[in-house]
Amino acid sequence: MNASQPNVLSRLMLALRAAWRMLIDQEFADGVSQLERDEFTPRAPSSTGQPKPGLRDTLPDSALQLLALLQQEGRFVDFLEENVTAYSDAEIGGAARVVHEGCSKVIRDHLQIASVRDEAEGARLTLPAGFDATAVRLTGNVVGQPPFTGTLMHRGWRVIEIKLPKLAEGHDVRVLAPAEVEL
Amino acid sequence: MSAARFAIGIDLGTTHCVIAAVDLQASDLDEVVDWIEAIPQLTAPGAVEERSLLPSFLYLPHPDELRPEDRTLPWGEQPPFVVGELARSMGGRTPIRLVASAKSWLCHPGVDRRAAILPAEAPEEVQRVSPLQASMHYLEHLRTAWNQRHPDAPLAEQDVVLTVPASFDPAARELTAEAAAAVGLSNRLVLLEEPQAALYHWILSTRGEWRKQVRVGDIILVIDLGGGTTDFSLIAVTERDGSLELVRVAVGDHILLGGDNMDLALAHTVRAKLAEQGTQLDPWQLQGLTHGCRSAKEILLSDASVEAVPVVVPSRGSRLIGGTLRTELTRDEVARTLIEGFFPIVTASARPAARARAALTKLGLPYAQDAAMSRHLAAFLGRQVEATRDLAGFGNRLPENASFLHPTAILFNGGVFKAQALLDRTLELLNGWLAAEGAPAARLLEGADLDLAVARGAAYYGYVRQGRGVRIRGGTAKSYYVGVESAMPAVPGMEPPIQGLCIAPFGMEEGTQAELPPQEVGLVVGEPVRFRFFGSSVRRVDQVGTVLEQWVPEELEELEEIEANLPAEDRQPGEVVPVRLHAAVTEVGTLRLEAVSRTGTETWKVEFDVRGDR
Repeated sequence: MNASQPNVLSRLMLALRAAWRMLIDQEFADGVSQLERDEFTPRAPSSTGQPKPGLRDTLPDSALQLLALLQQEGRFVDFLEENVTAYSDAEIGGAARVVHEGCSKVIRDHLQIASVRDEAEGARLTLPAGFDATAVRLTGNVVGQPPFTGTLMHRGWRVIEIKLPKLAEGHDVRVLAPAEVEL
Repeated sequence: MSAARFAIGIDLGTTHCVIAAVDLQASDLDEVVDWIEAIPQLTAPGAVEERSLLPSFLYLPHPDELRPEDRTLPWGEQPPFVVGELARSMGGRTPIRLVASAKSWLCHPGVDRRAAILPAEAPEEVQRVSPLQASMHYLEHLRTAWNQRHPDAPLAEQDVVLTVPASFDPAARELTAEAAAAVGLSNRLVLLEEPQAALYHWILSTRGEWRKQVRVGDIILVIDLGGGTTDFSLIAVTERDGSLELVRVAVGDHILLGGDNMDLALAHTVRAKLAEQGTQLDPWQLQGLTHGCRSAKEILLSDASVEAVPVVVPSRGSRLIGGTLRTELTRDEVARTLIEGFFPIVTASARPAARARAALTKLGLPYAQDAAMSRHLAAFLGRQVEATRDLAGFGNRLPENASFLHPTAILFNGGVFKAQALLDRTLELLNGWLAAEGAPAARLLEGADLDLAVARGAAYYGYVRQGRGVRIRGGTAKSYYVGVESAMPAVPGMEPPIQGLCIAPFGMEEGTQAELPPQEVGLVVGEPVRFRFFGSSVRRVDQVGTVLEQWVPEELEELEEIEANLPAEDRQPGEVVPVRLHAAVTEVGTLRLEAVSRTGTETWKVEFDVRGDR
């Protein structure tokens, strides 16, 4: 007998508990009644129609791919993994040129980035009702009803297009940079 | 054969390849629908990206170096070699497995171009390839990439224009056509000289306005400074039936000197500076330095307010900050190394230091010995002083005492000229020469797209070939001669004097045949017979059958020998058969030589000897 199936004794205990609960819980009794007539359908989630808002896991592949490109062209991981306290600003500045040149090339080559708002920073602007709250964040004295009028503090950035390299099946994206062994 | 949908231009360059297309159906007169075709290629192991340039590098990996899946191309193949960006970056770390500059090897008369000789420095166990095969791999990649994107319009069925340096000799042109044929591109192939392609691109970019920017009597100098080679051409503007015509009147010698040499020269300058401070660079670091110098140079030569640009050489290990070398490139160093080194102000009578013939015996590319582009240009214009003499409307354009041909306009091509200061210096140099002979300054024809112009111009040429735009005429830029021994009594210890028999006149157009020369030569049945072969870029009037008793070295350049094989068949081996040598220029644009029997009923192909064993 499968261990997960209740034995006779535990089935007896279940029957007693269920009988008691049927006496005190009308909804439970109706459910058992349906089950007994083979009509049982699992209860739909409480509020009808609307699916429950959920969170999703993002796939790490593209993130690792971009990180590998930043390392390959701009030595990004090397730079972050190094202890900068031990070096002078001039030394860090020299390395930063490598990182800046390489990483900005990666961004230029693979992403088309544009500002969210075209106005100059510091300009006054008005947001109508129904503005995209993902693209524009309200800060400070956030009260009242739209339209909202405020000062543009940061223009924001938005990716217009992203073009990452195609990867071969079975390529291990977790290797950001292979170890190099010179023979 | 059905009509092609696209005209395709392929720039098969020394350092990178580009493919451009014109939609023949969607284009109308000056409204041309054209684009640069993106080329998917491996950019890292297992990663494929689209780029507009395909670096002309071939990497031959060790069997354990790359897993097969890391070589997967978009079309599902996993070839045992790597082409393009990944090949270049892997080759930077492992140069012994890298094939580079295959195109320069293709026209290297000292080596056998069908033999597996590359990489020249490779150890025994590496399966080498021939310069021809390397070119085939690049073309194959371009073809497959195109076919995958355009399954309804395979490349072999389009009008394909493949560019070659104007200075390529007949053998190198034939090898290029052979590489294209080997990947199935022979159906509708034509070759086009790169400086002409650059001019076609200029015409395309003016959208019909070019007729207003040049006038009859103009002589356009095209300077095409590529990654590995430099090419000069002169194109004259003439008139026929009331409309402007372009005639390519002269091309320069093959100069193995390009932008990469300049970046390397800068890197060596900085390396010497670091060495004085006690820092030695390994080859890997030198490469990083070359890369750094290239960007620093472009900043210094385009922005006159910058005095010095920091150059950093990243460490090889993961300690980036601790191991990075920091130095700088100054305006003065760039001026001294590049401007004075490659573009010095010289007089129009300056000539490049001559290359010793012995240098060809070494197995390596015959790089130009004189780095001064100025002297190569002076030599070219000086040699071509007569180039327009017989052109209608040009008779009295040059003053009597002109020592060189006076260009009236100049078009630059090649990534080197992104540096404004080099462009300005070249103009200053040329205009100085012109002023010294009382001629007006040459004007600059504004081009764009210095890296992509050749491919785009080539695709546009495919379009104008259909009669939808102006064509540059000109034909072959040389007349050709075979060496025949003169009938003089032999003098002991002396080579019998040789005469040059003209078999192909200057300016033969594609798809035309030369006449049969009256002179006969003897072929020996059953054994190869070889003739010395010469070309002249200045003897414009010699006709088929002209015999040159003697000439000055600058007049005739010796090319590789040609070889005729007369199979025995129904003749006695050893028998001497009199034949006449017949030249034709094929539709593709290659020179074709044949031996024709006295009766004219039998012909045998005469081959260019590309074995390099002369």
